[in-house]
Amino acid sequence: MHLPRLALEIYHRGARADQPLVIAEGEGREQRVVAASEGARRGGVWPGMRVSEAYALASALCVKARDTTAERESLERLAAWSGQYTSCVSLIPPDTLLLEIAGSRRLHGGPDRLTRQVRDGLNDLGYTAWLATAPTPLGATWLARAGREVEITDHAALFSVLAQLPLTCLNLEPQCEVRLTGMGLATLVDCLRLPRDGIARRVGPEILASLDRAFGRLPDPRAAFAPPERFHARLGLPAPVTTREALLFPLHRLLIELAGFLAARGMGAAALDITLHSTRAVSTRVRLQLVAPSRDAQHLGGLVRERLERLTLEAPVEEVRLDVDALLPLAARPLDLFAGPRTPDEARTQLTERLQARFGRDAVRVAACCAEHRPERAWRYVEPGTRTETIADSPLVFARDSRRPLWLLPEPIALDMRDGQPYRKGALTIEPPRERIESGWWDGEEIARDYFVARNPKGQQFWIFRELHTAHWFLHGIFG
Amino acid sequence: MNLEQVLQRPDVWRGNHAHATHAIASGFPALDRLLPGGGWPRGAITEIVLPHDGIGELRLLLPALARLSRGDSWVAFIAPPHIPYAPALVAAGVELSRLLLVHPRKPAGSMSRISEPTLPLPSGEGWGEGSRSWRADCWWAIESSLRAGACAAALAWIGDVDAAHVRRWQLAAEAGGTWGILFQRQPIPNSSAALRLQLASAGTDALTIHVLKRRGGWPIGPVRVELDHALAMRASAPPCARDISPRRAR
Repeated sequence: MHLPRLALEIYHRGARADQPLVIAEGEGREQRVVAASEGARRGGVWPGMRVSEAYALASALCVKARDTTAERESLERLAAWSGQYTSCVSLIPPDTLLLEIAGSRRLHGGPDRLTRQVRDGLNDLGYTAWLATAPTPLGATWLARAGREVEITDHAALFSVLAQLPLTCLNLEPQCEVRLTGMGLATLVDCLRLPRDGIARRVGPEILASLDRAFGRLPDPRAAFAPPERFHARLGLPAPVTTREALLFPLHRLLIELAGFLAARGMGAAALDITLHSTRAVSTRVRLQLVAPSRDAQHLGGLVRERLERLTLEAPVEEVRLDVDALLPLAARPLDLFAGPRTPDEARTQLTERLQARFGRDAVRVAACCAEHRPERAWRYVEPGTRTETIADSPLVFARDSRRPLWLLPEPIALDMRDGQPYRKGALTIEPPRERIESGWWDGEEIARDYFVARNPKGQQFWIFRELHTAHWFLHGIFG
Repeated sequence: MNLEQVLQRPDVWRGNHAHATHAIASGFPALDRLLPGGGWPRGAITEIVLPHDGIGELRLLLPALARLSRGDSWVAFIAPPHIPYAPALVAAGVELSRLLLVHPRKPAGSMSRISEPTLPLPSGEGWGEGSRSWRADCWWAIESSLRAGACAAALAWIGDVDAAHVRRWQLAAEAGGTWGILFQRQPIPNSSAALRLQLASAGTDALTIHVLKRRGGWPIGPVRVELDHALAMRASAPPCARDISPRRAR
């Protein structure tokens, strides 16, 4: 898997629009273009030009310095993302990845479908890649680098295809390459025709060793990439972004990366941290707490969208970061023929999370009982998804024949008095029985009240009380 | 062509053909007889018109809600006007862990604040009184809950609803298989709700119910429902056997 435009795409993939963008390397006047976007190429800018020449050709050009650290980070994140397709990924810096697919191609429905999946996935992430499959790691690398997108499974076929490759895709040292081309060699097959000891004497034995590895004559073990424990990704935006809608696109790409990373590790994210950087103001941090771990990019994207709708951007955003520190194990879904798309638990959790993402965690709650005589303390809010036992196990501390209203007022409301009778949209008729609640002397919130059920002529039924000390009447609940 | 053949035609619709598939028994036999299919309509909007709170509107729904809450899905209260009182709900047989309380409102302040704002305590007599953005939030919450397929029932206390909303929610309720309930002071003009009831108090612990609109039937009523009868029945009898139809496959 070779990424020919990685240097460009680390900036470019943050936005949908194709704007003229070039990546430059070097100092001062010798600054040269190393990669140019489609838009820049249309303006006549090509890699190898001086930056000043490029400016002369396209005035609206956006020039970014080459960021090899970010390229390396991107490559590592891609390696972590590729972990969902195979357990063994190795890096070939600066721009190539090796995926060992012999063990996993059947799981993904054959090499064709696996290649298509990888290609579609990379496309969603915003990377261009040349994919080649070969029995040897070095052979696959050279093929991918040369842009020969072939699938080769046996050594004989590998030999015939590989032999036609130009020497440039070997990434040899410059003087070595110059010496070989000076000898009139252009392709691998030219090299192979010459006597081995002669080549070894002229350009060093390394090239022979690489050729042997590529053709499978020497073993070529590769160190597997170990994915990091946590997910940290940043995505620079080619142009500062001022609208929330434009932020969704880069964030979605990061979430797809996250989904692949999590799938590879068999984990789910329990919380997401999104940081929006801008040079002019303090960066904005948004934390999204999930009820249950998830690695569904679609679902997470929906949550992020709801959350961002509430955001006011104080300054143009130049970089988006996504950090996930809280990872929880999340088993792969069993392949059940009859199960629906989601279990009821998942459906409930997803709805809770969507509502919480929009309104805040505290706005979506579940009520629970408390063992307490004082009516206002006999209940509390708990987090949705709290286990049933903790909610319902509290004993009901009121007698079965006494009545409790379905609605409680947050604060008792003092009732008007007319002709010595409490009044609420009509004179209240008080019904027996009386229920006396005296409690709370130990914490200073003592209450001493006589509770009654009362009705007004309109048929509304209230739960009212008379304070014993003051003999004032209050409305505390509605029967509903 | 005889009559039987005519009735087989797809464009011939028979008014008395009840939608018996997805009804939820209300727990009040007198009311069930009036409702199409013999119960509350699942996957549709029910509009409940009542002049004042506290005449027993929630107790009318409780037998059905209590049974639904023992299932796999949420029973959602959206913008409840007061605090749903947990001890009373438990006494009525509601499974609290399935009762989702949604108080739509904006998270306080800027998003960069990670601290959690305190829960807004609902108060006041009015339903759906609030800023425009607050109402838009409520509409969104209602539609999401109805459509998600994760709610057996969604109850909303919000005024200022027009026919276009009800039409959207009716479609969302059908998609999600959710029983949507809108409490209203006045009937919504041109509403496409599947069922509309007008409640009035009929003395202590009793309600008079007019069915103003129902599918596959004409307006009917009134019927008198004793709410205490329902309370007694809840305490003793097992859940009604009628509601054994499986949930619609999603």
